[in-house]
Order: sequence, then C-alpha cells, then structure tokens
Amino acid sequence: MNENYKKVAYYPGCALEGTANAYDHSTRAVGKKLGLELVELKNWNCCGAMEVKNLDPQLQNYLSARNLSIAANEMGFDTVMAPCNGCYHNLKKVEYDVTHRPEARETVDRLSDKAGHAKYEPGSVETIHALDWIKKTVGEEGLKDRVVRSLEGLKIANYYGCMYSRPRHIFPEKDQGGDSENTDAPHYMDDLLQAAGATIVNYPLKTACCGGAHTLADSNTSTKLVVNLLRTAEACGADIIATECPTCHTGLEMHQVRAETEFDVKTNVVMLYFTQLLGLAMGLSPRKLSIHENISDSLPLLKQKGLA
Amino acid sequence: MQLAEIEQRLLALQMLPTDTIDIDDVLAIGEAVLCCWITATGAIPTDKKKEGYRLLALHRQGAKGDPSFNACRESCRELIYQVNVVKLNDGRAPAAVTMALAVAYHLCLFIGGKLTDPALGDFCCSSRPTRMESTEPAASI
Repeated sequence: MNENYKKVAYYPGCALEGTANAYDHSTRAVGKKLGLELVELKNWNCCGAMEVKNLDPQLQNYLSARNLSIAANEMGFDTVMAPCNGCYHNLKKVEYDVTHRPEARETVDRLSDKAGHAKYEPGSVETIHALDWIKKTVGEEGLKDRVVRSLEGLKIANYYGCMYSRPRHIFPEKDQGGDSENTDAPHYMDDLLQAAGATIVNYPLKTACCGGAHTLADSNTSTKLVVNLLRTAEACGADIIATECPTCHTGLEMHQVRAETEFDVKTNVVMLYFTQLLGLAMGLSPRKLSIHENISDSLPLLKQKGLA
Repeated sequence: MQLAEIEQRLLALQMLPTDTIDIDDVLAIGEAVLCCWITATGAIPTDKKKEGYRLLALHRQGAKGDPSFNACRESCRELIYQVNVVKLNDGRAPAAVTMALAVAYHLCLFIGGKLTDPALGDFCCSSRPTRMESTEPAASI
C-alpha cells in the first residue's frame, strides 16, 4: 500500500465542476469514507483539454504544467490525483514532454516566467488516477473489509475509454507486470468492483472508441459507436456499465437517449461511475453519491438489488 | 468490399445462429475493414503478417502517419483473441462468436467514422502531437 497517496492534491478539472458533478461528489464521499484526504488544488486552471491541445500542444503543456507547479511549489504536494481521464492524460503527457523534449520544457518555462509563477521541475509531482488512488491506498482487501452492502448480484461491464491508457509511453508505471495496470486490458476498476462483490463480465470493448469529442462533428457515428458499446455490454450479460471518465460517461448517457429518440433503438443497461458503486457498497446513500444527478436512471435497478 | 457493404454483412451475420458462422470469415471481415481505410489513403494493403496475423500488420500500416488510428489497436487485438477462443473450442464458443462480431462491427463503425471525418480518434490520440513528435512552439505567446 502506498502511504504517500493517503493525502493528495486533488485536481477535479472542469467536467467534474459541471456535467460530471456526480463523479466529483462520489469521489470526495468515497475518499472520506476510506479515510483518504483530498486537498483541492488552489486556483487550478483548465488542463488544456483537447481544444487547446489541438490548436497548440505546447500551450496545452503549459496549462497542465501550471497545475503541477501549483501542487509542488505552492502546496508542497508530490502527488496529484485527477479522476477525469482527459485531465489525467494531459498531466501525464506534460510530464513526459518536459522530461523528454527540451523544446517543450523551454516553452513551459518561458510561459511560467511570463506568468510570474514558479517553474515546474520535471519529476517533482506524480499524477495518478482515482483508480490508482483507491487501488494503491486501500486495495481489494481493504475494500472488502469496508463493504457493508455487497454489490453481489450486479453484473458490471467496465468501460475505461481511450485516454486512461493511450498512448502507453506517457504511462511508464503501467505494463510493469505484477500489480501494475495494463494498457492493453486495464483491470483496476475490475479489481475494485469485484472486491465490492460485483460480478465483472468479460467486456471486449472496454477501451474501444466511443466517438467522444467527435460527437458534434458526426453525431450519428458517435451514436452508432455508443449503441454498439451498450448492446455488447448487454450481450455480455451486464446490467451496468461502470465508468471512470466524465466524457465517456456523458457520451454513453447522451447517445443512449439519442439512439432511442432519433433511431428508435432502446437499450436497458445503465451507467454509473465506479465511485458511486464503491460508495453504495460502503453504505453511502444514493443521494450522497449524487446518483440522482446521472441522466441514466439506475435507481430502479439499485432498489431491486437492495442497494437503494 | 465497400464499407457500407461490410456493415450490412456484419449486421446480417449478427442475426444468424452463432453455430452457422465461420469465425475465419469474421476475421477476414476485420481485415477487409482495415483494407478500406488503407485503400482510401492511397496505399496498397499489405499481405504481410505481424505476430502471425495480417490484421495486425494492416493496423500497423494504417497507423503510420495517423496516430489516431491507434484508437482501434485494442479492437484489432480483441478480435483476434475472440477468434482464437472460438478455434480453441473447436468452434463451440457461441459467446466468443457474438463478441467477435461485436468487435468487428465496432471496427467497421470506427473506420467508417474516420472515412467521414479523419479526426475521429484524435481525442484519445490528441496524443496526436505527442505521437507525431510535434515541436510547434507556442510562438505567438
């Protein structure tokens, strides 16, 4: 178990302040229940997401580096936890870039000087995902000890999306064998939810493309991709798709509705953040976990299973 | 075979009993999907194999110069995995046949999306600049 991760700087990112408020609430609630401490990053800014990155990758690097600099230089943290796959990916990417590319570091340093804040020193902060945070502080055994309402009877397909493990070279800690995460077949969410009593189905599309940010440019393709993700989860026997990324989660929910209204294609699988599921297992109320804020209505299923 | 034709074929196969489906056909459909992309980019699809599979060689060929193509890398590997599960069970693995068809269909949708708008997949691989070793400086700032 990693003692360092018990108190970490928390970078919620913009999605968790808006469409994925439920992910933020449930992450904080689960952390508190597990005795883990989150200290929100002071005066954080956008990670550069995809918009800035696609316009100017070096500017995106600076935006992410500023967040890491705040954690290290202003707050004294050596670990930042980012639950959003996009934020997590971007913070990992800037770490890789400033470590391996002199021109990236030069730009980040120059813009930091211009903005008047301390430069980010490569290697001074480790970025982790919410999955790493729980897996490496509490672990499966620790979770089992805290389960008061087993998820037994829930069949779950875990959807990791694309940014949690791609491109693999920005995640040097993965694919190291043993208990490390696997970029081809991620398993941390499987491990945690299984420890909480759920049955994890073998879902072959756990990292497949959902159309994500493409949804405005070509909505129909995104809807078809999502429908295939949903139908395949159902074919695997899942009643729930667990997510760990706000963009994936919103995309699955929105296109499930769109598939029904625009194409008359109905699917019944429901979406929940993995933190909401863990929270339920630890006895937290659906309200506390903001399950009512999800578009996907999982409450009838949770009631039927005695979890709500 | 054109992509629209492949999509219809996959939808038709999904309606059939799994024990009537030749799993090699599903793998061949996966290859045909990647061939559509490679042909559309003006290249000739390779006949070579990587790790024993043409599908993986085609994927590598398709990803050259277009890192967003890596968004379907795991789908290609997953398709091969499901095909192997079926073969190891002498064709008696209905769930794996269903999954192979679902993965092949996803591949078809993804490539179809990319042919409509090549930026599909750029989200995860907006890693694009990372992968393409872009060195564009934020010069104007």
